[in-house]
Amino acid sequence: MEVLLYTILTLCVLGVLAAVILYFVAQKFRVEEDPRIDQVEKMLPGANCGGCGFAGCRGMADALVKNDDISALFCPVGGGDCMKAVAAFLGKAAAEKEPQTATVRCGGTCEKRPRINEYNGARSCAVAASLYSGETGCSFGCLGFGDCVTVCAFDAIHVNPATGLPEVDPEKCTACGACVKACPKGIIELRKKWPKDRAVYVSCVSRDKGAVVMKACKAGCIGCGKCEKVCAFGAITVENNLAYIDPQKCKLCRKCVNECPTGAIKLVNMEPLPKEPKTPAPKPAAPAAKPAGSETPASAPASEAAKVSSAAPEAAKAE
Amino acid sequence: MRTFPMGGVHPSENKLSCGKAIEVLPLPDVVMIPLAQHIGAPAVAKVAKGDKVLTGQIIAEAGSFMSANIHSPVSGTVTAVDMQPNGQGVRQMMITIQREGDEWAEGIDRSETLVKECTLSAEEIIAKIKDAGIVGMGGATFPTHVKLSVPPGKKADALIINGVECEPYLTSDHRTMLEHGEELVVGVSILMKAIGVDRAFIGIENNKPDAIAHLSKIVKEYHGVEVVPLKVRYPQGGEKQLIAAVTGRQVPPPPALPIDVGAVVCNASTTYAVYQAVQKNKPLIERVVTITGKGVKEPRNLLTRMGAPVQSLIDAAGGLPADAGKVINGGPMMGRAMINLSSPVTKGCSGITIMSGRDAGRREASQCIKCAKCVAACPMGLEPYFLSKMAQKKNWDELEAQMITSCIECGCCQSTCPSYLPLLDWVRLGKQTVMGIIRQRAAAAAPKK
Repeated sequence: MEVLLYTILTLCVLGVLAAVILYFVAQKFRVEEDPRIDQVEKMLPGANCGGCGFAGCRGMADALVKNDDISALFCPVGGGDCMKAVAAFLGKAAAEKEPQTATVRCGGTCEKRPRINEYNGARSCAVAASLYSGETGCSFGCLGFGDCVTVCAFDAIHVNPATGLPEVDPEKCTACGACVKACPKGIIELRKKWPKDRAVYVSCVSRDKGAVVMKACKAGCIGCGKCEKVCAFGAITVENNLAYIDPQKCKLCRKCVNECPTGAIKLVNMEPLPKEPKTPAPKPAAPAAKPAGSETPASAPASEAAKVSSAAPEAAKAE
Repeated sequence: MRTFPMGGVHPSENKLSCGKAIEVLPLPDVVMIPLAQHIGAPAVAKVAKGDKVLTGQIIAEAGSFMSANIHSPVSGTVTAVDMQPNGQGVRQMMITIQREGDEWAEGIDRSETLVKECTLSAEEIIAKIKDAGIVGMGGATFPTHVKLSVPPGKKADALIINGVECEPYLTSDHRTMLEHGEELVVGVSILMKAIGVDRAFIGIENNKPDAIAHLSKIVKEYHGVEVVPLKVRYPQGGEKQLIAAVTGRQVPPPPALPIDVGAVVCNASTTYAVYQAVQKNKPLIERVVTITGKGVKEPRNLLTRMGAPVQSLIDAAGGLPADAGKVINGGPMMGRAMINLSSPVTKGCSGITIMSGRDAGRREASQCIKCAKCVAACPMGLEPYFLSKMAQKKNWDELEAQMITSCIECGCCQSTCPSYLPLLDWVRLGKQTVMGIIRQRAAAAAPKK
């Protein structure tokens, strides 16, 4: 009994002693930190996604408080409202940026872009891209192993098993840019976010010549330049056999969508323009516009079909 | 019997074509010559569409010191200089030539007579090797003149000829040693003169007793040249492994090079090419390529002009077998799977291996069981399981600290893994990324000086 008593007493005395020492040490070595950093950190979304360029929200808060000019800093997750609130709190001028969303610029679905070989190395786009051009004939298109899905901290991007392509959920996407960095093929782009998540964009990044594109993929941009000619706002440029729609200049007039012979220009959450009698082009363009969009149609039979086609013993399998 | 001190595996040798004499592949009608078929800067094209070229004529010049000349392997007309897909489907600048006959450029001695005497100085020899566009023909394609130009302050004391050919299936070096042994040994004496050493070792694994016996007989006439039989162990043909096996010296981790331990290593086929370049003025326009595989009707060793389509070699060996699952440029351990069989044979292509679907397919990966077999197998003393994990986590700093740049990508770790983990895939990605970071850092530091 006595032993027990002494033990408890000794431990208590030691505890009190340590507490006293720690108190004085803490007083002596206290780090003066701006209390506003804590407050700003609380105002930030706390996603720690790294979209601002800092390792986490704490780093961003620190920079926001310490820098006089914060116009170069922007939190893509919190967006303009969050930045305004922070700026008002700190009495500084906030950067203004329009909302953006990640856009996957590849329309090479399993049926439009047949597989010509089978990859059985590590399931990673980065690894596959370092080894060879990919399972399909297109050396620019989506590899489909989902590096973008792995890095997304907001569960906003998923590979649709029916198409083999990643799809972005615009509700969840914060435009942090993690997927843009992760994609070894540079397919994902941050584009202006229109009301109701509407969008018009060229869903292809292939810089191959038209004939090569046609052979590899039925949904690729062949660089014909028809869209460039029809655009009234000078938003479309064709360079290296590839059309690009500048999101800043585009007014969503949709004329280019009907012109595109391969359906490479995607229309999201919008009806295509009515078919003009003189041009036969709109027909093939219209159905291609539908699969892209926020809704995720998960059809199991299609994914089965994809598996079978990939297992077909074609000329060569790539490691 | 000597071998390297650490790691390594012994895969089934499968040297199906070792008894087949070298045969000449009929001249290809169209050749495609990539401008980047060596390590370093790509060569710069010196011909344009419509130009007539002769066999052996220079068509692309070295882009920098670390680069190599490229010569036309056939005579005919240049039909295109454009981007074409290589074996991995990646587009590269290539010169396409339509063959018309076989007219050789002047000054090339095509006779079979053996020329032993070499009166040239070391500088002249290196200049000739540089002009001939010779690169390491074992697969790494390191420009040979760079290797032979010993940097000031360093001194070579031994030349090592790599006749190991540890890669399963491949037999092109083996056949070259057997059929061109005399020329090869003259090549050794030329290389010794070029780097100023009086000792040379020809390392050959003892699964090639005929080559060991043949070369041992020839080298008796030469002073300082010795044939070293080595125990069969993959990857003994790796430069650093071979130096360790032959001399017992260990090359420090990068950026150190073999010359830091006084050794220069040269592949056997390269040595034969050096003989041809220096004594016969013949540039590197053809090489022996092994076409092999268990399903291949007629495995062969073919003397092939550069730029011939891989498909033509497969046709010469009886066509693509019905059960073919994978065509590999190189051997099964270090070769690269191909998706485009119309791509050309290049300077570094020592063989084409065709694997059946059953042999080629990888088994499903499971969890790492921490058995450390990969650590025991790594000939560079690395920890592949850890490097692979860190590469997946994108922890580049840790990878650099763990010397990932030492990895020689031999594949021992992956072949020995009981869980079938794709270790090398990740390690290779990590290595590439870390080397990119190091290059960037060097480029950022350079202008300040």
